[in-house]
Amino acid sequence: MQFLLLINGDESRFNTEPQGETPVSPEFVAYTEAMKKAGVWIGGDRLKPTRHGARVRVRDGKAVVLDGPYADAKEQLGGYYMIDVPSLDEAVEWATRCPAARYGTIDVRPLADISR
Amino acid sequence: MSHGDEAGRAAERVARESYGRLVAFLAARTRDVAGAEDALGEAFAAALRLWPADGVPDNPDAWLLTVARRRQTDAIRRRQTRTAGEEHLTLIADEIAAASEEGATLPDRRLALMFACAHPAIERGLRAPLILQTILGMTAEDISAAFLVPPATMGQRLVRAKTRIRDAGIPFRIPDKEELGERMQAVLDAIYAAYAKGWNEVGQQGVPEIAGEALWLGRLVVSLMPTEPEPKGMLALMYYAESRRAARRAANGAYVPLEEQDTSLWDDSQIRLAEQLLHEANAGGPTGRYQLEAAIQSAHTGRRLSGAANWPIVVQLYDHLYALTRSPVVILNRAVALAEVDGPAAALAALAPLAQDRRMQGYQPYWAARGHLLARTGATAEAREAFTVALGLTTDDAVTAYLNGQMARLSSH
Repeated sequence: MQFLLLINGDESRFNTEPQGETPVSPEFVAYTEAMKKAGVWIGGDRLKPTRHGARVRVRDGKAVVLDGPYADAKEQLGGYYMIDVPSLDEAVEWATRCPAARYGTIDVRPLADISR
Repeated sequence: MSHGDEAGRAAERVARESYGRLVAFLAARTRDVAGAEDALGEAFAAALRLWPADGVPDNPDAWLLTVARRRQTDAIRRRQTRTAGEEHLTLIADEIAAASEEGATLPDRRLALMFACAHPAIERGLRAPLILQTILGMTAEDISAAFLVPPATMGQRLVRAKTRIRDAGIPFRIPDKEELGERMQAVLDAIYAAYAKGWNEVGQQGVPEIAGEALWLGRLVVSLMPTEPEPKGMLALMYYAESRRAARRAANGAYVPLEEQDTSLWDDSQIRLAEQLLHEANAGGPTGRYQLEAAIQSAHTGRRLSGAANWPIVVQLYDHLYALTRSPVVILNRAVALAEVDGPAAALAALAPLAQDRRMQGYQPYWAARGHLLARTGATAEAREAFTVALGLTTDDAVTAYLNGQMARLSSH
């Protein structure tokens, strides 16, 4: 079963870089390496802070584009992993090991797998 | 801890003992575990609330039943319906009254209930939660915290398992002689799994409690099967582990592996309990998995007396254990012991078969042991890689501190 681990938190705390170029912390290197060695890792990355991105909605035929950061959200999506494990329990176990779980929130979401 | 807390805890114990016996007795009659819990749940909650403050009543079983029946009557009046629960409670109350006239107590069906909870038709991972809930009255929420499952999910799984006990006609009885060994192993495995949850996560808030509950269950199965050696072996194993609780953490909070523990911190009284149980188990019959594991721990305690562990004996005991269990974890532990006899290179060779084992690739102790052995052979780069993976697999701050220490030592060489 494939799962996304979505890492949410206060981005001012976990992205301290000027341009998103901060080296990956040793904790995340170890975590990613462990996922790869255990054969569960499919992919993953850190996201640049919201001010580098935009939010898009189309309403009544009109596109509304909002530049980040967004005042309404306390937590932002800061990164993700995609993993393949037999069950939700194991996905949750991996989420508890994520270094960011100590200061942020990890959403564990199974893929609906609609393409198959 | 104040005396008030201790009295409160003692009262809670009595409430849980009584509740477990009543649930088991009712469920054994009706095969309806959820129904039995429903019938007694409110009374049990009241006992947990009132007894620590007001004291334990003279007859806890009768108290629980009286309150349970009163609540049922109220509920029936409100809903104007009759429920099966009321009949069950009437039945059990009559039996208690009869028993107390004869000066006897209610028959203890908790062992039969444990066998039902650990039946092969019940998913392995649910057996421990089921026993914790039905025998000790633990809530799904408390259990879920130890088993890393969301509370609602744990609740649903427990409900499903109880439905399965009823619908699959799982019997509430002690299995026959030819079946007993295997079925008892399942009960012991479930109890030990609960203990291991509490053991691994020691230091986390709310979680260590579960190790205490598992010890209680361990004592209970020993008392309910006094002639069987394996429950004693399991309880001995738990006491050996308990005896080292104080030695497992360094002053800075880092995890300390068994070989490096300060043996003066080991708890003598618990070691004595363990040795006595192991002695009784060995006298009582064939050697099972828990007896062997306890014997290995006993060999380690020799270090406290002589200063040196008896590693060749430990390796031999692991050989027997492997023949019995074929477990990759046994291969791992045997290799670690072998390093003390034949050196780290021999130990790494013994680990080789595990490199293909997917379960081991996500198992933190495997990578920590590998890193340790590689470091001792001077393969610094490989050791660093193994410690890195071990770090990525741990959630325990104490283990993180220990592994970071190991990494730092690599750099300084």
